Amino acid sequence: MDNPRFPNCYKADSKPHKFCPGCGHPIVLKMLGQVIDEMGIADKVVFMVDIGCSLLAWDYFDLPTTQTHHGRTVPTAVGFKMADPGKIVIAYMGDGGAYAIGLQHTLTACLRDNPITTIVVNNTLYGMTGGQLAPTTVDNEITTTTPGGKNEFTTLKGPELLRTIAHKEAYLARGTTDRPLVLKQYLKKALEAQIKNNYAFVEALSFCPTNWKTDAQKTIERIKDLERIFKVGEL
Amino acid sequence: MGNQILAEAARDAGAKIMFGYPITPSTEILETWAKFCLKDKSLSILQTEDEMAAGFGVIGSCLAGVPAFTATGGPGNILMQDAIVMAEALRVPMVTMIMQRGGMSTSTVIYSQEEVRLTCFGGNSEGFRIIYSTSNLQELYDYTLKAFQMAWKYRWPAFVLADGYQGKMMGEVKIGEKSLKVENVKPILTKGVNFRNCYNLEEEIGEKIINYSDEYQKVRQEIEEYENYQAKDAKIILLAHGIVGAAAKMAVDELRKKGLSVGLFRPITLRPFPTQAAKEIMSKAEKIIVIESAIGQLSELFKAELFGLSNTLIEVNKPALGFTPEEIVKTIQSYG
Repeated sequence: MDNPRFPNCYKADSKPHKFCPGCGHPIVLKMLGQVIDEMGIADKVVFMVDIGCSLLAWDYFDLPTTQTHHGRTVPTAVGFKMADPGKIVIAYMGDGGAYAIGLQHTLTACLRDNPITTIVVNNTLYGMTGGQLAPTTVDNEITTTTPGGKNEFTTLKGPELLRTIAHKEAYLARGTTDRPLVLKQYLKKALEAQIKNNYAFVEALSFCPTNWKTDAQKTIERIKDLERIFKVGEL
Repeated sequence: MGNQILAEAARDAGAKIMFGYPITPSTEILETWAKFCLKDKSLSILQTEDEMAAGFGVIGSCLAGVPAFTATGGPGNILMQDAIVMAEALRVPMVTMIMQRGGMSTSTVIYSQEEVRLTCFGGNSEGFRIIYSTSNLQELYDYTLKAFQMAWKYRWPAFVLADGYQGKMMGEVKIGEKSLKVENVKPILTKGVNFRNCYNLEEEIGEKIINYSDEYQKVRQEIEEYENYQAKDAKIILLAHGIVGAAAKMAVDELRKKGLSVGLFRPITLRPFPTQAAKEIMSKAEKIIVIESAIGQLSELFKAELFGLSNTLIEVNKPALGFTPEEIVKTIQSYG
């Protein structure tokens, strides 16, 4: 068996990465890195991250990368793409940046059909700040700001919401870190969509043992439970 | 109209994209730009969902090496601070036109000078910004070109700080006499560049801020501008900026006719403040009379930079309202 290699577009000196053990981000990023390698587009990709756990990817790739402010990754990506349409611009965020503080940017970029690729890593809570409520927190889920279990509002389903306002050629999908190779296909299609000048959005449902406070086995069980609520597939 | 002139100036400066959210009294800038885009396909516009998206859109464009700008005022200026402070941190040449409107929340939509503090220091930062306070239509044009020049040369976010009166004033300006298209334009976010604005260690960010501060102090005299109108040897020096400065200048003429020894020191850059020039020009005056459509916002800038001057300082504050030259004449006469 071949040793799996680092994607070429990785920045070697930022490894080992700074994500928590068992985090889903490194899986998403590795799949993304492989897709960029396989498509041969490293010289065109511009990578933008939000504030939250995604910020730890600021030096992940040997690609032009910037952090932005929390929730503002999408408008920065839109502005860059307008200025340099030949680049492939990725806005990489968590569910807090995409669905709470940055929700209106997420929605408006889709509404306008801006040809950027948005990737949202969804662990159903705010990871970096220690596990607070998010728009994606599910019923009865315990977070640090819903210590009695969440029941305030409906769970936000990003790709489904966007499908109601997206252009018919827009690419929308939800993958999971539980099935990396399926997620990889979606990421590839999401970048191809941008090359065809369409809006693309991929949510990656992700585990977060640190904030879920789950051991390995319970982590896998939990993500499989979540996959019943957050359906994997293309929309 | 002033706002049309601002849009023309941005185009003449070499800006290619305007991002903006409609807000009185700046909206005509966006509308004028939209008309430009119909005729000139090298220009683009994005009316965003809010001012934060406008500001970050400008940053995105600048990172790609394409000069862009936005315009706002009032509550929009508050939201714009989100983007502006990131531009400070990442050294992005963001250009913003602030058309000041009434102070305090929604307020009136037309005028005040109550966004000085916000525009100078509205970020969670030390305010490494370049701010031009204009006093007439020609300055709206000239200093917009300069704002782009200086932003791309020194990599601090730059501003044209005006107000609704200037934005709506009609008049003529001289255009295109000096070739002042922005220079030093190139992509910023390129291969090998990984930007962050989040830091783990106090020491890391502390060192960065001190480096920025040292650099800002080192280049400030290349950026500072002011107008000295008969202030040399004057017993009374008026200190005013923007459109109040224009009224004060007319008042100086009247007061001189009446035999008073009066002059005007008008800072054009509020940041960096023309401190050295102010010290030299004002040191011998008996009285310095600050006149502004705010409560002490210009005066605070002055006092912070020139602490230790022994002149008598009188503050004439009128938040929300403008000043006529006649009114300034009467006020100065009352101070003898």
